[in-house]
Amino acid sequence: MSVLRPLDKQPGLNTATILLVGTEDALLQQLADSMLKEDCASELRVHLARSLPLPSSVDRPRIDLIVFVVNLHSKYSLRNVEESLHHVDATFFLGKAAFLATGAGRESHCSVHRNTIVKLAHTYRSPLFFCDLEIEGFRATMAQRLVRMLQICAGHVPGVSALNLLSLLRSSETLAPEDL
Amino acid sequence: MDETVAEFIKRTILKIPMTEMMTILKAWDFLPENQLQTVNFRQRKESLVQDLVLLCESKRASLRDAALLDIIYTQFHRHQKVWDVFQMSKEPGEDVDLFDMERFKSSFEKILRRALKNVTVSFRDAEENAVWIRIAWGTQYRKPNQYKPVYVVYYSQTPYAFTSFCHLKSNTPLLSQALTVASNHHKIVKMDLRSRYLDSLKAIVFKQYNQKFETHNSTMPLQETLELDMHMDSRIIHENRIEKERVQRVTQETFGDYPQPRLEFAQYKLETKFKSDFHGGILAERKEPLRCLIKFSSPHLLEALKSLAPAGIADAPLSPLLTCIPNKGMNYFKIRDK
Repeated sequence: MSVLRPLDKQPGLNTATILLVGTEDALLQQLADSMLKEDCASELRVHLARSLPLPSSVDRPRIDLIVFVVNLHSKYSLRNVEESLHHVDATFFLGKAAFLATGAGRESHCSVHRNTIVKLAHTYRSPLFFCDLEIEGFRATMAQRLVRMLQICAGHVPGVSALNLLSLLRSSETLAPEDL
Repeated sequence: MDETVAEFIKRTILKIPMTEMMTILKAWDFLPENQLQTVNFRQRKESLVQDLVLLCESKRASLRDAALLDIIYTQFHRHQKVWDVFQMSKEPGEDVDLFDMERFKSSFEKILRRALKNVTVSFRDAEENAVWIRIAWGTQYRKPNQYKPVYVVYYSQTPYAFTSFCHLKSNTPLLSQALTVASNHHKIVKMDLRSRYLDSLKAIVFKQYNQKFETHNSTMPLQETLELDMHMDSRIIHENRIEKERVQRVTQETFGDYPQPRLEFAQYKLETKFKSDFHGGILAERKEPLRCLIKFSSPHLLEALKSLAPAGIADAPLSPLLTCIPNKGMNYFKIRDK
């Protein structure tokens, strides 16, 4: 199974699974811990992967949301995410995928330009979040947002679907990168 | 007591932090215990130093005693200096004579004095058959500058000597010659290794860094990391567990379990001619080689390199140019076209 598809498995009862993809394991681990601290009616599961494709030997549940984590300090992490994107089915990008850029706070350490990641997110028509995962407070807030997003993508919030959420998020973007 | 000596002692004692004052004075062993008891160590530092200098005057401290105090201070604060490493060698087939410390010291001092009248040389023996040498340089017409000395730490049972960085580069050949001749060696070469941490340089050069000490509860580290994973939240699943384990294994094979010796930087100088498939490009005709300097700095370089792959910042295995540093005993590299 080299391509991830959103609807190729049965959903688990009251389970919501998120997949975090990124090279820096420590950051992903911290984000996962923050997410699991949140009070949530659904049963959460967090899968951490360095890159895609995922090893086929692992038995995993249906993935409801993929978050690609890019560290703006490292071109290596950007390249890793770009290569992983090839292994994701296009239907994931109908609201079940998002990008998270970390490290923007320390401008002098950034080797990936802000525009690069903005363009990438725009190409894949998916929301982009900027959050310095190393800072406890920002990370907790981001975790809250992701948990809420995950619940919607898993269908646990009545009346709102992943696609609804995507169009709601998109309308708040006032300028496309071409206009910048 | 000479005014300059008094000033020198005063400035040296002023440098000593209050927490170390007693220890260093005891190591110096110039002021006897009962006299030290009479001094009030709780007063302000300036007044304490004045009292101590008065005591030294009463005991008629000489430049020699002052130099010894300076050596002891430096031994306690060796990280304040940057150390270079020299390696000496004998002619092949030369007899291995028994090393005589006193003969070495007198020979060393004689060679320096023959070349330069104004020089202060002091010695202090240390453990492991080592000797700390302090040299204050002067010129033909000026007395030695006691505030910019050079230190040499020579391990007599080895061909290695460590010298502190010297601003007056002109005296280095003389120093090298004195060291080589006095220790019965034939040649001396400066290694491409430099650091503040003398003990780490020792560990690298004497190949002592990879000795693991057996403890009662030493378990295999790999098993430890796996056990740690079990304690984590079971709702977090690592997809690339096998890859993570491979990276841990490769890192452990390259760097070992032991603490790495401490270096602050590694420097790579690259010099290469421009190579291109396109003829007639702007750089194709260039005769001058291209030069590039890359410097890695860190409070603890080798530990930082060791943690690169597990942190996901680099691929494992790392480039051999980085991992060969302790093995080759170099942290300055010159890479040229073959």
